[in-house]
Amino acid sequence: MSDSTAIAHGAQAAPDHGHAEHPPYLRHHFENAEQQNDAAGFAMWLFLLTEVMFFGGLFTAYLIYRNWYYPAFVAGSHQLSIPLGGLNTLLLITSSFTMAMGVWCAETRKKSGLVLCLVLTFILGLGFLGIKTIEYSEKIEKHHVPGFHYSLQSFLDPDSDEAAKAAGDKPLALDMARHTEVYFSLYFAMTGMHALHMIIGIAILGYMVFRAQAGAYTSGHVTFVENFGLYWHFVDIIWIFLFPLLYLISRHS
Amino acid sequence: MTDQKEMEAASHHVVSPKIYVAILFALLIGTALTVGASYVNLGVFNPIIAIAIACGKAMLVVLFFMHVKYSSKLTKLTVFAGIFTFLTLIGMTLADYISRAWGQW
Repeated sequence: MSDSTAIAHGAQAAPDHGHAEHPPYLRHHFENAEQQNDAAGFAMWLFLLTEVMFFGGLFTAYLIYRNWYYPAFVAGSHQLSIPLGGLNTLLLITSSFTMAMGVWCAETRKKSGLVLCLVLTFILGLGFLGIKTIEYSEKIEKHHVPGFHYSLQSFLDPDSDEAAKAAGDKPLALDMARHTEVYFSLYFAMTGMHALHMIIGIAILGYMVFRAQAGAYTSGHVTFVENFGLYWHFVDIIWIFLFPLLYLISRHS
Repeated sequence: MTDQKEMEAASHHVVSPKIYVAILFALLIGTALTVGASYVNLGVFNPIIAIAIACGKAMLVVLFFMHVKYSSKLTKLTVFAGIFTFLTLIGMTLADYISRAWGQW
């Protein structure tokens, strides 16, 4: 092995072993930049499919438990605010758009446009997390976080709870009321994992803003921006399903 | 170097901003529709309509924002195979759930 490497190196007379003939970002085990980009995109999709399976398990659990403890899930979902959830959907969809525009700016080598798009995506992502924080803190205040301090009051006595009263909830039997904890467990697991993905995405966006300012993605090598875009859009898709399932479908039940 | 650039330009499809704007508006309309539909009592169709709209929105994102419509056959096949496997797994789980205590769903 070492012999063949030595021969290969010896064969290339140029001191920089022919780097001048290809872009600096092209790894030697790829034929050309296109093949390298395709391989990276393929790998990104494989990663996203493992993510689909991961979230898919949570969605399936939600589907089956909702069917099982239906009145508890209806009462639980009445505790969520549709205006806040809807606003978050708008923020996330818009951030997906600015990210897509960022990929376009990178492809057409518009540096300032790319930086602007990444900063906007960053801000919209933070806005989403801000609203999520408001929603979570309300759940904490009302003791709707599963655990030792979980309170059944909103479900045993709906008239004492503004949201439950507005939705016209009837008091649940103690056994069914206890199962609202299952709803909130899934609510926090799903939105929490989604928010974790957002936090990771926002951290990478922050790094990308600095790299983009240095001109890293606007000189023909767009793979990183492109694949981060895939990740960001994937996180958007998860929310596109979470919003109706958690907030909307039980409104009239 | 020039050859390299030409090859990239030829194979790398750049999706125009016009399409992105159109998809953004389609997604916003989809969101308005799904929120609007939830305020109308449609019985069992409420969840069905909500999930159908969500699937439509997800498809727009995958095809256009994620460039699958303009991608290689390998990418298209990968995405399709992934979604197919996912739906198969969910289908098998639900078939098990439904058939265990027949009638007591």
